[in-house]
Amino acid sequence: MAETTTLAELEKADVMGATASALESEEIQGDKLILNMGPSHPSTHGVLRVKLELDGEIIVKADPDVGYLHRGDEKIAENMTYNQFVPYTDRLDYASPLANNIGYAMAVEKLLDWELPARGQAVRVLCFELSRISSHLLGMGAMAMDCGAMTVFLYTFTEREKIYTLIERLCGARFTTSYARVGGMTRDLPPGFAEEVAGFCKQFYAKIDELDNLLSRNRIFVDRTKDVGSYTKEEAIAYGLTGPNLRGSGCDLDLRKSKPYCGYEQYDFDVPVGTVGDCYDRYLVRLEELRQSNRIIEQVLAKLPDGPIHVTDYKGYLPSKKSVMTKMEELIHQFILVTEGIKTPNGEVYCGVENPKGQLGFYIYSTGGGVPYRMKIRGPSFNNLSILPKILPGHMMADVVAILGSLDFIMGECDR
Amino acid sequence: MPLSPTDAVAALKDKFGDGVLEVIEFRGETAVELKADILVEAATFLRDGADYDLPIDVMAVDFEDSEPRFLVLWEIMSTGNSGNLRLRVRTTEDEAEVPSLSHLYPGMNWMEREVYDMSGVKFAGHPDLRRILMWPGYPYHPLRKEFPLEGKSSEEPGFAFSNPAPLEGGPFTAAAVSEHAHESEPRSNAPKLD
Repeated sequence: MAETTTLAELEKADVMGATASALESEEIQGDKLILNMGPSHPSTHGVLRVKLELDGEIIVKADPDVGYLHRGDEKIAENMTYNQFVPYTDRLDYASPLANNIGYAMAVEKLLDWELPARGQAVRVLCFELSRISSHLLGMGAMAMDCGAMTVFLYTFTEREKIYTLIERLCGARFTTSYARVGGMTRDLPPGFAEEVAGFCKQFYAKIDELDNLLSRNRIFVDRTKDVGSYTKEEAIAYGLTGPNLRGSGCDLDLRKSKPYCGYEQYDFDVPVGTVGDCYDRYLVRLEELRQSNRIIEQVLAKLPDGPIHVTDYKGYLPSKKSVMTKMEELIHQFILVTEGIKTPNGEVYCGVENPKGQLGFYIYSTGGGVPYRMKIRGPSFNNLSILPKILPGHMMADVVAILGSLDFIMGECDR
Repeated sequence: MPLSPTDAVAALKDKFGDGVLEVIEFRGETAVELKADILVEAATFLRDGADYDLPIDVMAVDFEDSEPRFLVLWEIMSTGNSGNLRLRVRTTEDEAEVPSLSHLYPGMNWMEREVYDMSGVKFAGHPDLRRILMWPGYPYHPLRKEFPLEGKSSEEPGFAFSNPAPLEGGPFTAAAVSEHAHESEPRSNAPKLD
C-alpha cells in the first residue's frame, strides 16, 4: 500500500515551494515539444507555418515560417510594363484588391508627377473605403470563427456579398478587379451605382451594431481576446506594424489623416485607437473603422464631382477608342503606349497608402522607359507577422488562433 | 524632437560631415546616401534624436555590370510628423555586405532577411540571417539581374530540404527518409470500400 501523506506534511509551510522546485527538475519537466502549426491550419488564413516550442501547453518559442505563397511578383514586375502589372496587384492582399490596384497606380503616378482630376480621386476614395469594409468584415468574421463564434462569420459574409455585388457592377469581377490604371480607372461608375452604394451604406450602420451586439460583450469572445497578445505602442512601432494593428496599441498614425492623398482631407472622419494593445482592442478598432469608412463613403457620394476620372495626357493614358479610330495622333499614342509603355523619368519613389491591413507601399527605381528597373512591394502583413516571435511566448496554445485572427494578415501580400 | 526630413538631413550633415555623400530630393521625398561605416550611428541619431522610429522597408537594387553593384535602402518614417526618409548605402559585388540596423529597429530583422534571401546582400551584425521566403538550402538569389525570369533548375535533387520537417511522417513530410515513410501519409491509407 502506498504511503499516506500525514496531516503535518500537508500543513508544511512551503508546500507550494516544494512543488515548484520539483517542477523545475529535469525529470518531471521532460522534453519540450516542437509543434508544427500550419501551413494548412484553418486559423493561419492561408499558408503561414509557425514552429512552436511547447512546454506543456505554454509556448516558449515561436518561429514563423513564411514564403509558402511566394510567387516572385517583384521579379515579374521587372519584366513588364507598368499597366501590365495591375492584375498582379489583385493577388497581393486578395481581400481588398481594389485598394491594391489604386495604391500601385498611385505609386507610378507619383513617379510621373501626375494628379488625378477631382472625380477620379473621389472614385478612388470610394474604392478604398469599400475595400476596407469588405476586408475588415472578413478579418473580424474569421477572428470570431477562430474564437468559436461561427454565426458572426455568416453575418459578416452576408454584408461582404453585398459589397462584392457592387464591385461586380463596378468592374465586372468580384475578386480580381484590376480596376485602376496608371492615371485613372478602366471605366467610370456605371449608371445608378452611386444610389446603390448609398442604399448599402444606409442599412449598414444597423448591421455594424448587430455585429457589435453579437461580439463586443460576448463572454467567451471577451475572455479569449482580452489581455491576450498585447504589445505596447513602442513595441508596435519598433516592429514596423501599421494599420489597425498599430492603432490598436494606441498610436494614431493613419496616412489618410497625416499625409492625405486622393483628397482625404475633405472628409470628416475619426481615427480610432486602442489603449491596451490586446486582441480585443484590435477588434474594437476594426469595428469602429467600419463606421468611419461608412461615414466617408456617404460624404463621397454626397459631393461626387462631375468631370473626367482620368488624366488627359494621352501620351501616358490610353485615349478613347473612338478617337483612336478617327484621329492619327491618338492612334500613334495608343500604339506607343501598348508596345513600349509609359515614358517615365529617371528616379526613385516610395508611395505608401493606408490599406485595410496597414501601410501598403511600392518602391519604384526607374531608369526611364516603360518598365521598372526594380520594384519593391511593402506588404503590411509581412511586417505585422514579424512581431509573432515577440508576443507568442508565454501564451497558451489556444491563444495562438485568437492572436493570429486579431493580426488579420493575408499571406498573398506577406509572401508576394 | 521630431525633425522634418529636410531638417533631419541638415542635422546629419552637421554631425557627420563627409559621411553624408549625397542628398537626393525627388517628388517631395528625401533620400540620403551615406558611407557604410557611419550608417549605424546616423540611424541611431535619426531614431533617438529626430524621432524616425517606424521602420518601413529595406530594399536592394542590383546594377548588374557597374560597380558598386548593390544599392541598399532603408526607408524609415516618423510617427511624430509622418515624414519619410530613405538611407542609401552602396556595396560592391565582392563585398556584398552592409551594416545591419535590426538592433535599432527589431522590425528590420525580417526585412533584412528578405533582402539577403532575394539579392544576396549580407547584413553585418544581423542576429539571425537566414533565408525567409525561399527555403533553406536554395542555391540562388532570385532578384539578382542575372537570374532568369523563368527560374533555374538545379542538378541536386534533394537540395530543397536541408532538414526533415518537425512531426516528420505527417501530411507535410518533406522527403522520404525511410522506405516505409509513405505509409504514414494519410492519403495512401484510404479506407477500402467493398
